[in-house]
Amino acid sequence: MTHPLASLRKSLACAYSATASETIALGAASLDQRLGGGILRAALHEAYAETAADAPAATGFALALARRAMAGAEKPLLWARQEALTAESGAPYLPGLADIGLDPAAVAFIRVRDAKEALQAGAEAGRCAAVGATLIELFGEARAYDLTASRRLALAAAAAGAPIFIARVAASPAPSAAASRWLVRSAPSRALAANAPGSPAFAIFLLRQRGGAAGQEWHEWRVEWNRDRGAFEDRTFDAPSLSGPVASLPVGGASGEGARQAAKRKYG
Amino acid sequence: MTLADARARAPHLSVAQADEAADERLMLGLAAFCEQFTPLVAVDPTCGLMLDVTGCAHLFGGEAAMRACVLQAMARLSFTGRVAVAGTPDAARALARFGAEGVTPPGEDENFTRPLSIAVLEAPRETSVALTRAGLMTLGDLADRSSAALTARFGAETMRRLTRILGREDARITPLRPLPECIVERRFAEPFLDLAAIENVLRPLIAEAMGILEKRGEGGRAFEARFFRADGAVAALNFETGAPSRNVEALLRLFRLKADSLTDPLDPGFGFDVIRFCVLRAETLAQSQIGFERQGAQESDVADLVDRLAARFGRERVLRFAAHETHDPVRAASYVYAAASPSSRPSSWEKPEPGEPPLRPLFLFDPPQPIETMAETPDGPPMHFKWRRVRHMIARAEGPERIAPEWWRGPVGRDRRTRDYYRLEDRKGHRFWVFREGLYESETAAPRWFLHGLFA
Repeated sequence: MTHPLASLRKSLACAYSATASETIALGAASLDQRLGGGILRAALHEAYAETAADAPAATGFALALARRAMAGAEKPLLWARQEALTAESGAPYLPGLADIGLDPAAVAFIRVRDAKEALQAGAEAGRCAAVGATLIELFGEARAYDLTASRRLALAAAAAGAPIFIARVAASPAPSAAASRWLVRSAPSRALAANAPGSPAFAIFLLRQRGGAAGQEWHEWRVEWNRDRGAFEDRTFDAPSLSGPVASLPVGGASGEGARQAAKRKYG
Repeated sequence: MTLADARARAPHLSVAQADEAADERLMLGLAAFCEQFTPLVAVDPTCGLMLDVTGCAHLFGGEAAMRACVLQAMARLSFTGRVAVAGTPDAARALARFGAEGVTPPGEDENFTRPLSIAVLEAPRETSVALTRAGLMTLGDLADRSSAALTARFGAETMRRLTRILGREDARITPLRPLPECIVERRFAEPFLDLAAIENVLRPLIAEAMGILEKRGEGGRAFEARFFRADGAVAALNFETGAPSRNVEALLRLFRLKADSLTDPLDPGFGFDVIRFCVLRAETLAQSQIGFERQGAQESDVADLVDRLAARFGRERVLRFAAHETHDPVRAASYVYAAASPSSRPSSWEKPEPGEPPLRPLFLFDPPQPIETMAETPDGPPMHFKWRRVRHMIARAEGPERIAPEWWRGPVGRDRRTRDYYRLEDRKGHRFWVFREGLYESETAAPRWFLHGLFA
């Protein structure tokens, strides 16, 4: 016979951990398995563009994650974008948003002057429980985005129960309170008929996962975003024109070793 | 009198250039200050103010008391004034400038203005000379004559002035600012200095205003908080909501955000005499039933968030996407202010075909970025192109998708040529949307290439 208080405590713990550990599955089996079901819903996630040219890929990846986070819920996406990015990679374009599966009607977009404002807007939106997901795009090494700022965002996400994504361009990964940190670059797509470019493909590299199993291999995945299913898919390679080594996923063995070395060199 | 004459009489005269712009600013400032007596204030050039006190005087204990109150407030700002209250604006103006100050009892306008000299008419010089020669010295002399004869002799303008001053015709003033939907205010016996406690004053004020709106079945869209300082300065803080609102806490939050974003913060100086809250614009807002419809509550939460962000970062920065039915890629999508159109859904955009890859880029450059290309065939996709000093080797390409300019919007010219769009992917996997501008031979001899967008 358990003590009533103890059982209450136990049931409360269950209720809380259920929301705290709810995950968003990415849809790609190998990836979700490695992530332990997916990325945390009520948390902060970062996507770094590997080079400045990969800025659309990092944003696209974050938007795709946001799309998965919002699936089934009639909640909008709030997108705060630093104005400097418009010169760098153009302005968000409605048909393009629809083409990657987002409902443009469910997107509110804020143009902000600098990183500080972007973070303020993001935190304001992230705290609001009626928002399905928040995306903050930062350009350059933003001093405003420090440990405290990221902690604030993480707490806002935890309180509201909706994810906050940060897409960063021209910045090198730094410690933060994010639950996961990704390095994203564009990957060659699967060619369609007549060698036409296919669906968006990303090479994503998990730099950090809070609470993830320690001592895991550095992992790089190649994923493709399937708009119709609204899910990521593991990419199998079939591109003869690729000059680089064609790896399977998750990358193990020699090429995985190479990736780890490269990552250690870069962020070690 | 010339300046030389004046100097001869008073050698220590100090002289300054007249600054009409500064005078005008001063009058506008005084007009704002006088809005604490009535919301309908107009400037009467060059040194007069017209206050429409209809329905306001009883708040100050009658017209005579109000007149004393205005004079006292002006004296505190070290202005002396002549104040007359009359039934029509022109009568009051004539009495203040040329006649006896004071309050004209209702219906007595004509009796009070009759003794005034014809100078009141401010007619052209020749008219006044003619009037004087005819022995018409006061308004009373004119008032008794047939207006048709006078109009024929002295012009319609002079006669219109006459009828207005006599109070036979009532032309209302045009106030500087339109009348708000609803005004509530607090007056303080002692100037209010405690900036930290300002919300304690505003909360009941807003609640009172919202109570008034609720009875009318309305919600406010645009609001204003006005702070009348003891030294005559007036600070105003405006904010708007995207949807009609009666939520006191939300409005207070907007006020706080707006106050925080001010470049020069609210300065009480020697204290505020009056704090006023106006609802400038109101729209119908039905009584809402709370609790059962979670969906509706959420939508209003989002609207609240949009309002907060708009108050903080500016209305023009919080946007929504709008689609337009056109093939022109630039005109197909635009931004609209989210705060202005919270509930309007974007018109239909083309739903992507299942199985198709994205055909339109996620980001669009405006204007398109010129690129240097090398193509295998003149009308084929490029083999490689150079953008921002980086060469991109093309691995995959699709196109062209030919988009002609809309002929009904003007002739084909230098800025309006047919565009052949290609989707390209370079060897690293970056995806681009480029176009070649102009058809060979028929439109241009040397078509140029542009990068228009980037895919994810």
